[in-house]
Amino acid sequence: MTSNVVDFEDILNNGFSDANTSIRGVVRARWERKKHESISNSLDCSEAENRKPLSTSDRFIPNRAAMDMEKSSHAILSFDGSESSVGERPDGGVSEDEELTINSVTSDMSEYKTSVLGIDDSNSRILSFADKAPAPKGDTVNNLQVLYSASTTSRKNKSSTKLINRHIPSAPTRILDAPDLLDDYYLNLLSWSDTNVLAVALSQTVYLWNAETGHIDELCNVESEGPDAHISSVSWIQEGGGHLAVGTSWGKTMLWDVNTQKQLRKMDGHSDRVGALSWNRHILSSGGRDNLIVNHDVRIAEHNVATLASHTQEVCGLAWSPDGTTLASGANDNKLCLWDATATSISRPRYELTEHQAAVKALAWSPHERNLLATGGGTADRCIKFWNTQSGSMLQSVDTGSQVCALQWNPFEKEILSSHGFARNQLCLWKYPTMAKVKELDGHTARVLHLAVSPDGSSVVSAAADETLRFWEVFAPAKAHAGKRGASDLPGRAKSKKLSRTMQIR
Amino acid sequence: MGANDTIITLKGSVEIVTEFFFTAINSILYQRGIYQPETFRRESKYGLTVLTTTDHGLLSYLGNVMSQMGSWLTDGDVQRLVLVVTGVDSGETLERWQFNVLVEDGDAKVSIIAGIDENVSQNLVRSNLSGDGTKKKMGSKTVKEVHDEIQAIIRQITASVTFLPLLNEPCSFDLLIYTNKTAVVPKKWDDSDPRYIMNSQEVKLRSFTTTFHKVESMVTYKEVDEWEL
Repeated sequence: MTSNVVDFEDILNNGFSDANTSIRGVVRARWERKKHESISNSLDCSEAENRKPLSTSDRFIPNRAAMDMEKSSHAILSFDGSESSVGERPDGGVSEDEELTINSVTSDMSEYKTSVLGIDDSNSRILSFADKAPAPKGDTVNNLQVLYSASTTSRKNKSSTKLINRHIPSAPTRILDAPDLLDDYYLNLLSWSDTNVLAVALSQTVYLWNAETGHIDELCNVESEGPDAHISSVSWIQEGGGHLAVGTSWGKTMLWDVNTQKQLRKMDGHSDRVGALSWNRHILSSGGRDNLIVNHDVRIAEHNVATLASHTQEVCGLAWSPDGTTLASGANDNKLCLWDATATSISRPRYELTEHQAAVKALAWSPHERNLLATGGGTADRCIKFWNTQSGSMLQSVDTGSQVCALQWNPFEKEILSSHGFARNQLCLWKYPTMAKVKELDGHTARVLHLAVSPDGSSVVSAAADETLRFWEVFAPAKAHAGKRGASDLPGRAKSKKLSRTMQIR
Repeated sequence: MGANDTIITLKGSVEIVTEFFFTAINSILYQRGIYQPETFRRESKYGLTVLTTTDHGLLSYLGNVMSQMGSWLTDGDVQRLVLVVTGVDSGETLERWQFNVLVEDGDAKVSIIAGIDENVSQNLVRSNLSGDGTKKKMGSKTVKEVHDEIQAIIRQITASVTFLPLLNEPCSFDLLIYTNKTAVVPKKWDDSDPRYIMNSQEVKLRSFTTTFHKVESMVTYKEVDEWEL
């Protein structure tokens, strides 16, 4: 304010004529302010217009892969020239405003199409056949609907009661927390030994849960291998329960002696994570993300006895037949391969079966019939298929309506249990070979990734992406139940049942 | 010489491309649930199990389109095949599967000019090969290699159910063929509008090439509005 006062003093001193000019700098006339405002407004407007495409949506994810950026930049640079050439056309009529705007609008559109959409249909004809394809008959319900309908109401199966002669509890007998269980379809993180010890890999650590005593041991931890290192598979040796094979994210397969809690061997052969393991006596087969299957003979120094290459994507399922003659492998390339036990590194699989339309993870050999294999496919497939592995022929296929994550045969009867993902995350018990649904078990709140059966064959544990393990008494033989309730229980089980139903593993 | 290591001729290339289109269209119709799944049967092709329709009407429609496609391909007139999936009730285009056909330059072109005679072009390609002495040169591609590339595309089509939005209403499809302006068009063919999808998302799929034709594939689909979810 003081300076203003000084100014006015100066004005007064310098006389009226000078004051007129200097006042203009301090206080503007109304028409001048108006003019200035309109200019700055228009400037603001053009700025806003420039910004507009960026601010219309915060979810705009551009895909420039299909755009011809070179062409569009060329089109932008040469745009002025083409417009002036339109104006200078010799046929007189161009000076009329209307025609000019029409011309420039159409050229804008075609330019937009060619540059932005990458579509150039100026020199092509688009043709379609006059006799159209027949319309789909009836009111087809899209069979993919099931993948999207999140209905969790269970459909009652009317005939289910007739099919079973035993009681199957609908609720799990026990629930254990399994924090940090990786939600990855391609891993195999659960194994139950014949000494009744359950091995679970939770991210970086392998835990052993003794089903008789409820005692929990930490077997190994791979934190030292880096922050991203994790256990990608576990598998108990078939007999004795003394040794556990552990597949890791960095391609090594470890062999642990459980009794001494020591690592016996570290076997290489894979360049990427080992997601599947299966034992055939002294042969340990491992399948990896590097598409390979390696047969390790764990007794000898040169453990790698065969590297089987046929899959073109990550191997996620491996299972030796009970008679030890055939190895079944499933992979993300939707293939199911059957290998002879005598296969060497140059062998081709006995059969390559391509019926599945999605990754084949769930594999289960029938304990009742030789050469009968059940396999389950992923989300795009949703089928359980049965194979005669001797002839390579498919015996049966049933659409389950959901991703099949794991399969387990009932050791006592011709039944098979499947575990599923979206939408209901259920376990489903099927009668073989009629494939009638016997029972559906709900409870998990995320996809049920792994199944394992207890050594006495009566109960099944399921591990799901909701980070719980649930124990179900599905396979208990009818005779035992007639005698006394829960007869299949091991001595220790009754004891541990007194403990709280929910225990945390660590 | 087994069937697997014969050198592909123009005639063979046309066959490969039309067979691929037939298989790809069938896979799309099955995977997207446009026709009832019961009307499809399993067939072994490209080392995969593919599903092919058994509907007579559909088969004869596809047969007509493919035979015309074949003759346009032989003349080098095809630029693009587009499978448009349209909602029956809304009439809106929901998905657009686009297969661009590019005629490959070089040796292939020479043999196209030289004529369609299988032996002539085969000899031409072979003499070029022996002259250069390079095995990697165009024309050395075997049917097996091409089939492997096609297999990858069919797999991608199968896998697309995991990201494409559900077709919630009954849908029909149509095939559009983009040809050169000079192409000879039989009576039964009409001009069509391109039936673009507004507000679309697109995903490029793999491509394959015989030495004569390169086929690029992509799918565009209508983006699901957030408030509809």
